[in-house]
Amino acid sequence: MSEETLQRTPLYEAHKALGAKLAPFAGYEMPVQYPSGVLAEHNWTRSNAGLFDVSHMGQSTLRGPDFETTATFLETLIPADVLGLLPLQQRYSQLLNADGGIIDDLMFVRGSREGEIYLIVNAGCKIGDYAWIEKHLPENIKLRIRNDLALLALQGPKAEAVLARLAPEIQTMAFMQTADFVLGGISCYISRSGYTGEDGFEIAVLDRDVPLLWNLLLNDSEVKPIGLGARDSLRLEAGLCLYGHDIDPTTSPIEAGLNWSIAKRRRTEGGFIGAHRVQRELHGGVSRKRVGIKPEGRAPAREGTEIQDESGRKIGVITSGGFGPTVNGPVAMGYVETAYATPDTKINLLVRGQAMSAVIVKLPFVPNNFKR
Amino acid sequence: MKFSKDHEWLTLDGNIATVGITNHAQEQLGDVVYIELPKIGSTIAANASVATVESVKAASEVYTPVSGEVVEVNGELSGDPALVNRAAENDGWFMKVKLSAPSELDALMDKAAYDKFVEG
Repeated sequence: MSEETLQRTPLYEAHKALGAKLAPFAGYEMPVQYPSGVLAEHNWTRSNAGLFDVSHMGQSTLRGPDFETTATFLETLIPADVLGLLPLQQRYSQLLNADGGIIDDLMFVRGSREGEIYLIVNAGCKIGDYAWIEKHLPENIKLRIRNDLALLALQGPKAEAVLARLAPEIQTMAFMQTADFVLGGISCYISRSGYTGEDGFEIAVLDRDVPLLWNLLLNDSEVKPIGLGARDSLRLEAGLCLYGHDIDPTTSPIEAGLNWSIAKRRRTEGGFIGAHRVQRELHGGVSRKRVGIKPEGRAPAREGTEIQDESGRKIGVITSGGFGPTVNGPVAMGYVETAYATPDTKINLLVRGQAMSAVIVKLPFVPNNFKR
Repeated sequence: MKFSKDHEWLTLDGNIATVGITNHAQEQLGDVVYIELPKIGSTIAANASVATVESVKAASEVYTPVSGEVVEVNGELSGDPALVNRAAENDGWFMKVKLSAPSELDALMDKAAYDKFVEG
C-alpha cells in the first residue's frame, strides 16, 4: 500500500509530537511504539495504566424500530445471544461466513436508545464487514457508520483510579458494562473492556474532542502512551485472538476455542449464517484446535512456524508468536491436530530449520485481571 | 571501524575481525530479546545470513560483511541480549572472524560514509 493512501487518526500529530515510530497498519499510519520502546510500554501497562489510540477500529450502530427487531437481525449474522442483552451490556462475538469461517470478530452493545445496537469491528475488516451487514440488512434497520468517532483504550491496574479522578462513578462499572460519562467536560461513551488481559476501559469520543481527552489522560502521572507493538505482546500473553492471524475465514469459532461466546440457546436453535458447521463441530468435534504454546528455550517462534510431533510429522502451524515480556520468555499460539491439543503435550517447532522443543499450555499465559 | 550497507560494523586486529550491528540498526530493531549466533568453527561467506536478532516484534537476519571462520562469539549476549541495545558498537559485538578474503574490506564504508548512507 502506498503512503498516499494511508489514513490517519485525529491523534496523528499528537503521536508525532511524542516521538512515536509510525507504521502502516490496516490502512492507517499508526504508532507502533513511543521512544520508551515496546518492553517498557508493555510492562507499564501491566503495572500502571497504558493509553492506546485505537481510533482506526470501526464503530457503527444498527438501529431498528425496537431492540427485539435489531437483536433478531444481528442474531442472523453472529452466533452470540443478542436478545438476552441487558441495556448497556457488551458482548464479544464473530461474523461468520456461510461455511462457518470467521469474517471478523467484534464487540456489540445494547445501546441506551431504543432499537440501537453499537458495533466495534477490526480496522482491517471494517469495509468488508459493513458491506456484509448491508447485504443482509432488512429495510426497517439502518446501519450508521460512525466515522466521526475516535476510540481510546486505557488499560492496566491503575486505569480505574485514573478515570475515577475524572468521574468517580466509573468505579461502579463491571467488566463488559458501558455507560455515558463526561471526562473533563468531554462527552464519552465508555465500556469496561479491552485487549490486554488487564482491567481497563475503551472510550468512544468525537474526533474533534479526542486530542483534548488524549492530553487530559496523559497528564496523569500514572498514564503513558502505548503503541501497537505492546498492544500485540499484551494480547498474546492474554491469549486473545488477532484477526487475520489466529482467526480468519477458514477457521471456525469452535476450532478457535471461542465456544464460550456462543450461548446455549444459539447452539441448539442455530439460525445464524454458518450455523451448520458450528453445530456439526459442537457435536462431532474438530480436527484442529487453537492452543497456547510455550517454547522451551529463549528463541521466539514466529507466525508461520511449522509445528511437528516428536517424530517430525507436521501437525500444525503457529499463528501468533513472539516474546512475552511479563512471561519473560517466548510465547505463541497456533493450531494443532486435536490429538495434540491437550496441555503438557510435547511438540517441536521448526525454527530456522531446527526442531525446537515446546509444550502445549493452557491460555492465557498471564492471568486475566478483569473486574467481574 | 568499518561499516556495511546491511548495518554491520567491523574492527580489525591482525586478520581477526570483530563484527557487530550498528547503533542505527539496534535503534531500528527496538528491544532485543534473543540473539542466535553462528557456531564457533563454522565457515561463513560474505553477505550470507549468519545470525538472527529477535526483538519483541520481529526477527531480523544479520549478514556478515566478510568471509572466514568464526573463531569466537559473544557469550554475554545469550544471557543479556539487551546488551546490543545498550552498547551495539562495543560490548554488544557478535562474533570474531578469521578473514579468508581480506580484500572484502575494501568494499566497506568508513564512519562518515556510513552516516551519510544512513541519512539517505
